[in-house]
Amino acid sequence: MESLEQIKNRAELAARGAKIDIVVNPGPAQQSSLLIDNEHAAAVAQFLRNHPALTFDYCSNATGVDWLDRVIKKTTKVKTVVDGVEKEVDQTIEEKIPGYLEAVYHLYSMKHKHGPLIIRMRTANRTDGARLPSLTPIWRSAELQEREIFDLYGIHFEGHPDLRRILMWDEFVDHPMRKDYREPDDYEWEPTPHDDVLEKAKQHYTPRPQLDGAENVTAQPQ
Amino acid sequence: MTATIQTLEPAERPPTTMSSRLDGELLEVSMGPQHPSTHGVFRMNVALEGEIVRKLKPVFGYLHRNHEKIGENATYLSSMPYTDRLDYFCSMTNNWAYALSVEKLAGIEVPERAEYLRVILAELTRLQNHASLLGFLLSDMGAWGTPLMYAFRERENILDLFESLSGSRMMCDYMRFGGCRVDADDAWLGRAKKIVDLFPKFLDEFEELILQNEIVIARTQNVGKLSPELAINAGITGPMLRACGVNYDVRKVDGYGIYPRFKFRIPLGDHGDTYDRLMMRALEMHESVEILKQALAQIQPGPVVNPKVKLRAFRPPVGEAYGRIEGPKGELGFYLISDGGPNPYRYRVRPPSFINLTVLEDLCLGHTVADVMVILGSVDIVMGEVDR
Repeated sequence: MESLEQIKNRAELAARGAKIDIVVNPGPAQQSSLLIDNEHAAAVAQFLRNHPALTFDYCSNATGVDWLDRVIKKTTKVKTVVDGVEKEVDQTIEEKIPGYLEAVYHLYSMKHKHGPLIIRMRTANRTDGARLPSLTPIWRSAELQEREIFDLYGIHFEGHPDLRRILMWDEFVDHPMRKDYREPDDYEWEPTPHDDVLEKAKQHYTPRPQLDGAENVTAQPQ
Repeated sequence: MTATIQTLEPAERPPTTMSSRLDGELLEVSMGPQHPSTHGVFRMNVALEGEIVRKLKPVFGYLHRNHEKIGENATYLSSMPYTDRLDYFCSMTNNWAYALSVEKLAGIEVPERAEYLRVILAELTRLQNHASLLGFLLSDMGAWGTPLMYAFRERENILDLFESLSGSRMMCDYMRFGGCRVDADDAWLGRAKKIVDLFPKFLDEFEELILQNEIVIARTQNVGKLSPELAINAGITGPMLRACGVNYDVRKVDGYGIYPRFKFRIPLGDHGDTYDRLMMRALEMHESVEILKQALAQIQPGPVVNPKVKLRAFRPPVGEAYGRIEGPKGELGFYLISDGGPNPYRYRVRPPSFINLTVLEDLCLGHTVADVMVILGSVDIVMGEVDR
């Protein structure tokens, strides 16, 4: 397989305007990945699948990752003048990185038997901007997996043929794989048809007769 | 089962050759979730025209317990016994896939004897999984009980081996990062050798009894055909992919563990129909027996676990890893992201039988309801893995 740099350059040439970054994996696995911009993701994916030397025809794994808002502390030395003397002082800058959701795809080639090539896409934010283009039209194996990401992470895949909840039930509102998900207290409660039945049944009860004082007489001990 | 009647416009009505059809009317039937031939709690919403399937939507999630979230809230080691519960027929291969991914994530070496034990146990798992699959499939076809009992007789022998090694028949929890939990003594290896030597006799008998059977051939040949192009695009793996004639086996492609040391062949199908999928399991068992014979002859004494790995305070370095193995049902992968802490930041299971269900509708369209059961049986699903 070609190196990530080569694949990146080729893909940027093939899909005009595409912006691809290499996300370095610091661990011993050395599986670095390509970060693809959402606008050109479909074109890049098409290129990766169809290019004869690459032919990533098999999308093995598609999954989501939730990254919360992070604060990175950077310490730099800054020269300042204190009491007329120039000194080097450590200055800590807090950089806030807003959270986002990520979709990760592991691609292999069944034809050339190479891989994995890891591509990822990032959403704009974790709320209203949680949208990504669907890669199901290119690799159908993402069909159920993107539905699962939608269900558990809440990423809307635009262009997916049948985007519904898959593992949770349809009435469920939240996305349980998110890092800030909290189980509601009344987790077990759900409205049942039985409640309506009980309500209806009440209408058919015969009303109790008005009390006329006779019960006090019989209830009293002799 | 519930049923509602839905009317289709003539334009969108697919053509049919059936004479006894309900003209223009599709009958929506909810098959499952508690039907014995759905192999667990699995439901299909089927639109039928007469007896012919026109639409099929699988419904998942009855066994969902968010395995991945639980994995993120547990330490690396404490997820190991929980992987047994994914595909509860093949706990050994689940263990191996998870251990392999963590070893990639942390860069851990595995001693040679442990690699041999892993191969032996994974291939034994493949034998018992495929044997019981054939039994279940025949049971779905109406060969009620007898073939399943034949298959389970052999499976029990293998499960006895697992029990004497790991302490549990099905929930083995045997592998560890950097090796295996306990060593196998010579008596155990001798017993395994005996079972492996006797296994081809069962296979020949089983094949003679069943795979040449006229009813089996009539029920399976040309039923549920899958084209290789669709299979590759839809991420189908395992025997189901190779039944379409695509030569892709992770044991050969990745050569993980010590598989490159063994001589074995990859059986391939021609037609991609249910019969080929059935035959693929029978042929793969022959090859597993070959691997087992070689592994049991070559295994040498030595340590079974890497002493450098500290399992208790296990904190892999920051990074991510995707490891995969050829499980009996297909490619089983684990994707792990470590943030340097004791728990994985992301713990993802790539379940083969879940993704193999992507093409269930394509396989079943145009076939009868009775064929749906056979096709579903040949996909080989376990709901513990599908729903996670």
